[in-house]
Amino acid sequence: MSTGTFTPDPGGAPLGRQVMAQAGMEARLILRNGEQLLLAVVIPVVVLLGGIVASKRIDLNLSERPIDLLAPGVLALAIMSTAFTSTAIATGFERRYGVIKRLGASPLPRHGLLLGKVLALLVVEAFQIVVVAALALSLGWDPSVSILGVLLASVLGTAAFGALGLLVAGLLRAEATLAFANLVYLLLMVGGAVVIPVDEYGALGQVVRWLPSGALGESMREALIHGSPAWIPLLVLVGWAAVGAALTARTFRWE
Amino acid sequence: MPLAEPAVVVDRLVMKYGDKLAVNSLSLQVDRGTITSVLGPNGAGKTTTLETCEGYRRPMSGSVRVLGLDPQKDRRALLPRIGVMLQSGGAWSGVRAMEMLDHIAKLHANPLDTGMLSERLGLADCGRTPYRRLSGGQQQRLGLAMALVGRPEVVFVDEPTAGMDPHARRTTWDLLQEMRADGVTVVLTTHHMDEAERLSDMVHIIDHGRVIASGTPEALTSSNHKATLRMVLPLLPDGALQGLSAILGPDLEVSPIDDARVQALGPADSGTLAAVARWYEHHEVLPFSLTLGQRTLEDVFLELTGREMEA
Repeated sequence: MSTGTFTPDPGGAPLGRQVMAQAGMEARLILRNGEQLLLAVVIPVVVLLGGIVASKRIDLNLSERPIDLLAPGVLALAIMSTAFTSTAIATGFERRYGVIKRLGASPLPRHGLLLGKVLALLVVEAFQIVVVAALALSLGWDPSVSILGVLLASVLGTAAFGALGLLVAGLLRAEATLAFANLVYLLLMVGGAVVIPVDEYGALGQVVRWLPSGALGESMREALIHGSPAWIPLLVLVGWAAVGAALTARTFRWE
Repeated sequence: MPLAEPAVVVDRLVMKYGDKLAVNSLSLQVDRGTITSVLGPNGAGKTTTLETCEGYRRPMSGSVRVLGLDPQKDRRALLPRIGVMLQSGGAWSGVRAMEMLDHIAKLHANPLDTGMLSERLGLADCGRTPYRRLSGGQQQRLGLAMALVGRPEVVFVDEPTAGMDPHARRTTWDLLQEMRADGVTVVLTTHHMDEAERLSDMVHIIDHGRVIASGTPEALTSSNHKATLRMVLPLLPDGALQGLSAILGPDLEVSPIDDARVQALGPADSGTLAAVARWYEHHEVLPFSLTLGQRTLEDVFLELTGREMEA
């Protein structure tokens, strides 16, 4: 048979290349989307600046300088917004528009799709961390850093919130996911001990420290204020990641 | 490449949605290197059958084989070898047309040149347009390009020309025919008779989840090598129609159109035409319309089901 334009020559690209293509695509789409960018960068920056201004006005009786206490919390907030809210909204609309269905017929396997999503999240988070950290350092932030602690907090926080984001996107319609994911984000930002330490919540602190938001906030603060990994909050994140992943695996519909 | 094995074998497939039977013991076969149409009205079970071949749905009973593989169990081995065009959607709303096509291309080992493909499908001038701003026809053409770009052995295209203007339809038909010439097997669903008739080597007409007729368009539309006489008549007493069946023979099909009209369809030659004219004169009947010609797939569907296929 002579070779024509369409003569079959099928096959999937090597998995690594497929995953990189998927990660690049998803990261580009997040960073191109105005609302996503607002959530990813603008809100954390506003919270950081607003928190510093507010702490000068009202006496919170903080144990640390406000910037040293707030910067790790804002980093945790940035990770939560991307891993949870962005993932939920983006995945909800991917289901709606048949993107996941279409990719399901491509050579990209499901674990490749998930891996691509996780890599895209980490790329966006790295971008957020650079922006927030640069701003905080310029405002006089003086962290004492545990690289291991920050890495574990970021990765486990991403795993826990990413799994929960997928859970929401798999259960609700796209519009409901949009509303719900934003609402949860706002509630956790204010009442979930992300930005403000668990100790500031009084008796409620005993509850919020077990939330994924409290655990991520505490592990980030421990890693950047005292320079050591916070094992108990990190274990809490592992627990949420396991529960979220198990529920998502049971309930998620690819279409 | 051994061509003996069929590209697709569907054997007594049953699919249900809740209590509703969507596919009712459907069997069909698609030979390699052909364009095969699955033709039927909306809701006949076309998309469900196609999506079972694509591995999206698990057969409730019966079996499906594509390139000799089980689309469920051998999914990973099969998917790189097939191309899929969904009936709608399949792209991010904010992604640019070419960006989407390039992305699908990157998932394949030996993709077609995306520039060439977009040129061929008339997508070159909307390459930077976000998906949500593409016209329906452009979205269809992008969906088709996404199905072809991986150089598959078999492509499944679901209503490929829905929403396309006549020019784009012709371009799409030409492209599908060129793919067949290059050895690609094309399976398409359509409810356009002309599309199935003009394009396919083989047509499977399905209705209520079953294949009701299969054959080449020529075999399906030719009956005893005679032309087909089709007339729309006013309501007549039964005796009068018996006279007509004496002329046109047992193959005469009479079906009501509405309260005042019936359609009569039967094989005709020069002799029968004269007899029919005398029958008009005898009964003082003037038909609303009288056409003579090849049967179309439309006629075949009407004969088999007593209904017109909804466009």
